[in-house]
Amino acid sequence: MSELTDLTIAGALSGLDKGEFTSRELTQAYIAEVENGRALNAFTTETPDKALEMADAADAARRSGDAGPLNGIPLAIKDLFCTKGVLTTASSHILDGFKPPYESSVTANLWRDGAVMLGKVSLDEFAMGSSNETSFYGPVQNPWRTTDGKARVPGGSSGGSAAAVAARLAMGATGTDTGGSIRQPASFCGLAGIKPTYGRCSRWGIIAFASSLDQAGPITRNVEDAAIMLRSMAGYDPKDSTSINTPVPDYRKALTGDIRGLKIGIPQEYRMDGTPPDVLALWDRGIQWMKDAGAQIVDISLPHTKYALATYYIVAPAEASSNLARYDGVRYGLREQGGNLIEMYENTRGAGFGEEVQRRILIGTYVLSAGYYDAYYLKAQKVRTLIAQDFEQAFGRVDAILTPTAPCSAFSPGEKSDDPISMYLNDVFTVPASLAGIPGMSVPAGICGAGLPLGLQILGRPFEEETVLKVGHVIEQAAAFGARPRIWWKEAA
Amino acid sequence: MSKLISGATGEWEVVIGLEVHAQVTSNSKLFSGAATEFGAEPNTQVSLVDAAMPGMLPVINAYCVEQAVRTGLALDAQINLYSIFDRKNYFYADLPQGYQISQYKQPVVGEGIITLDLKDGETKEVGIERLHLEQDAGKSMHDQHPTMTYVDLNRSGVALMEIVSKPDMRSSEEAGAYLKKLRTILRYIGTCDGNMEQGSMRADVNVSVRKPGGPLGTRCEIKNVNSVRFVQQAIEYEARRQIDVIEDGGKIVQETRLYDVAQGVTRSMRSKEEAHDYRYFPDPDLLPLELDPAWVDEIKAGLPELPDEKKNRLMRDFGLSVYDAGVMVSEPEIGVYFEEVAKGRDPKQASNWVTGSLFAALNAKGVSITESPVTAANLGKLIDLIADNTISGRIAKDVFEIMVETGGDPAAIVEEKGLKQITDTGFIEGIVDRIIAENPGQVAQYDGGANPKVIGWFVGQVMKQSQGKANPAQVNELLKKKLG
Amino acid sequence: MSVDTKTVARIAHLARLKVPEDRLDPLAGELNQLLAWVEQLGEVNTDNVPPLTSVVHARLPRRDDVVTDGDRQADVLANAPDAQNGFFAVPKVIE
Repeated sequence: MSELTDLTIAGALSGLDKGEFTSRELTQAYIAEVENGRALNAFTTETPDKALEMADAADAARRSGDAGPLNGIPLAIKDLFCTKGVLTTASSHILDGFKPPYESSVTANLWRDGAVMLGKVSLDEFAMGSSNETSFYGPVQNPWRTTDGKARVPGGSSGGSAAAVAARLAMGATGTDTGGSIRQPASFCGLAGIKPTYGRCSRWGIIAFASSLDQAGPITRNVEDAAIMLRSMAGYDPKDSTSINTPVPDYRKALTGDIRGLKIGIPQEYRMDGTPPDVLALWDRGIQWMKDAGAQIVDISLPHTKYALATYYIVAPAEASSNLARYDGVRYGLREQGGNLIEMYENTRGAGFGEEVQRRILIGTYVLSAGYYDAYYLKAQKVRTLIAQDFEQAFGRVDAILTPTAPCSAFSPGEKSDDPISMYLNDVFTVPASLAGIPGMSVPAGICGAGLPLGLQILGRPFEEETVLKVGHVIEQAAAFGARPRIWWKEAA
Repeated sequence: MSKLISGATGEWEVVIGLEVHAQVTSNSKLFSGAATEFGAEPNTQVSLVDAAMPGMLPVINAYCVEQAVRTGLALDAQINLYSIFDRKNYFYADLPQGYQISQYKQPVVGEGIITLDLKDGETKEVGIERLHLEQDAGKSMHDQHPTMTYVDLNRSGVALMEIVSKPDMRSSEEAGAYLKKLRTILRYIGTCDGNMEQGSMRADVNVSVRKPGGPLGTRCEIKNVNSVRFVQQAIEYEARRQIDVIEDGGKIVQETRLYDVAQGVTRSMRSKEEAHDYRYFPDPDLLPLELDPAWVDEIKAGLPELPDEKKNRLMRDFGLSVYDAGVMVSEPEIGVYFEEVAKGRDPKQASNWVTGSLFAALNAKGVSITESPVTAANLGKLIDLIADNTISGRIAKDVFEIMVETGGDPAAIVEEKGLKQITDTGFIEGIVDRIIAENPGQVAQYDGGANPKVIGWFVGQVMKQSQGKANPAQVNELLKKKLG
Repeated sequence: MSVDTKTVARIAHLARLKVPEDRLDPLAGELNQLLAWVEQLGEVNTDNVPPLTSVVHARLPRRDDVVTDGDRQADVLANAPDAQNGFFAVPKVIE
């Protein structure tokens, strides 16, 4: 059945339509891969029985002519999406045993369209990290290794999603992106990943990290699959006050391959000191592909780029410190006993949150505390206004912006764990778009000297995901990225 | 009326500001679709949002915003067309989110004014600093289990208006008048039921003392006082305590205190005080609240007559005294009742009946005016029966007593009990003649009007003989004529 | 602005995180490093720049005032570490 797991979502949908195989067969093939791929540690919870049940329902729907746009497609769900009756952990000890009595809006949309859930996939604890090393359930392995066989992190926070899709344990996966958590792991694992405009996908039922930045999106093997999945995930939700009521287009129709006359901005500030030559060379190649396709290259300036990371690392922890206050051992999850209420809180939260989460809660609490609010939080929100204005001005001149996704290819486990700031610097190209709320996508575009994938990032105007996907599709075609990781994890099993 | 308090070192002035938490009258909560009803089984009026389940998000109740704006308009306050919801962060067992959604720097309502009705028709204006919307917390119960506290989240997320006064009050009487007036206004416009026993209205009281004209003293906040009387007692105790501390050479520490109802004292809550740092910041789950000025105007146009306007109208149109008018507007239902009674009748009579016999009867029965056995229509008819001489004022009292007991129609009662006033001159004359004939001594005392007081004795006799039914005016007239 | 161990202890308590005594010093170091790093924002002139409140340019959506939720005590309590008689139970709070 190995050929079934080689299909893209688009390919599988067509095979299902033609009756070449059933969703049950497709799902069974993936369940076997999930079992074979346990060495990757991508899944926090496998749900094979539920998957087969959903596959059977999808097959029945297809027979009766009720097939939705994702009918019968087996997916992995980032364990940050609440799934009704299925353990939901945020990869944190503090949510021990939590089974939500509700389904997140985004996953509900996927099931409405006929998708099948293979299980929940790991992430950095509460989505705080860029390497998937902060999960309570242990680090996730990148299916990709260096040419000389060295292990690499899958990126984060949606590292389990990216590892599962890259290793063909799932056809696609949901991710969430707060400062790059879809785009950076997609880049590290040779995948397509899009963070849509803030407000495009509902946040209802997604465990919050930083509410003003969090946005869901798909991680898939190619741009067309991302377009298919995004169409199902997106949509207005009256339960989310920041959701925007605007129609969801059929994103696949945007993939025309025609970007003639489109203006592509190249921000000079992204050419940073210390960026590896591989990354810069790939970017230059991308610019050339754009020109070859008939787009017009425009040099632009996003002057506040260098302040984006510092801004992000004030705003996101501040919101997180408040969002994570609800994990107190009273209504769900872990409780560590204490002599009184305050001790119970402190014991529970001290034991339930990992080091990185605690660090961010502390910094977030500090920057909001009396006497420091103006100097840190308020200042950061003002700089954020300037960063958003940079993009607004740029988009007055260009239709999309092309940059590298990350300043490097996947790094070694432990390489950045002891130095939080060096870890944070990994988000340098992805964070500005998050702060501005604009759509951004990473597309696999090349291989670095060490034999690891590298991605290019396309940014667009708010709610112009179609332009982003269209440009991404052209890069994908030009790059003809066909490389795949060597399958080592089955031997490990 | 001196408002100063005397101490060992001379006179002191007390400075009071109130923060009132008023539960917004609405069907569902401020940010969730769960019900707000009082007294349900524990945790049955709780949505996943109210329980702060992971990933749950707030969506604002349009009607609660409308209610806050309506209240602001009734307080003659600035309506802010742009306001922000902030998170107030602190941990407590009955605060599931770990923060309360409130409004901090940019509230929906700004400065306004409230006119207090004081003794002897005096009035005083107290400034409103602001009004904002916020979520209520759940309820902790400490007496249900020996070692555990039980938490019920039914109230969690119910909309509250926090109404903050300026420190304009100078006595416990003024604070009491403020609370009563505020409650009256809220009830007139239907934005809060003002029920302090059920906790729909609670007050935090800020008290400080100073030498008259001196700089403001350090204030203490007495939290969560739930009746007008307790607010007044707490202020009196607290002012005296602060004066004593200062006069003994001590200093007032700014702190939160609790009013102990049983002991009648305020007590420091230092335990709860520790390291309060609420880390307010705008709630990223919500957008700024922007109001359309036309919508605000519409609400303004739809405001009912407010107590002050109504009071002025009752004084002007019905000639009521300041006091009586004040009583009539103190509760919206009393005003409605009175106006129905007074319509087309002598307003003074109507007012006397309402504030006299009716209030006494309601008091005795322990019921409110809406539950009155005597309807406004029936009381009106009773006054009509007096006016058209069907019954005398004295008989009317008896009829009223029967109405209180039976809820009956006064005309029917008069008919059934045969209480109609006797105006038959011949009949009355008969009684008058008989009494004059039987009492020569009193006739002599009267002495043809030289001793006019004696006529009262004759009137009494005639009324007694007629079982109170003879028309008193006719009786008087006849007696005067016959006694010469 | 430098954070000392006392500040870390205060912040940790505000955030209700139990931090072992021997972690205070290293944490103070980390926080100082982070704060020194974000200090660079001081270079940006933000005079007359309003703080960003949301990237969403829309009117705050409003709900109608109708009861649409509740009556799900079992759901609400299902995940509770300790629920008794329809209540959440926590260690006694002494006021």
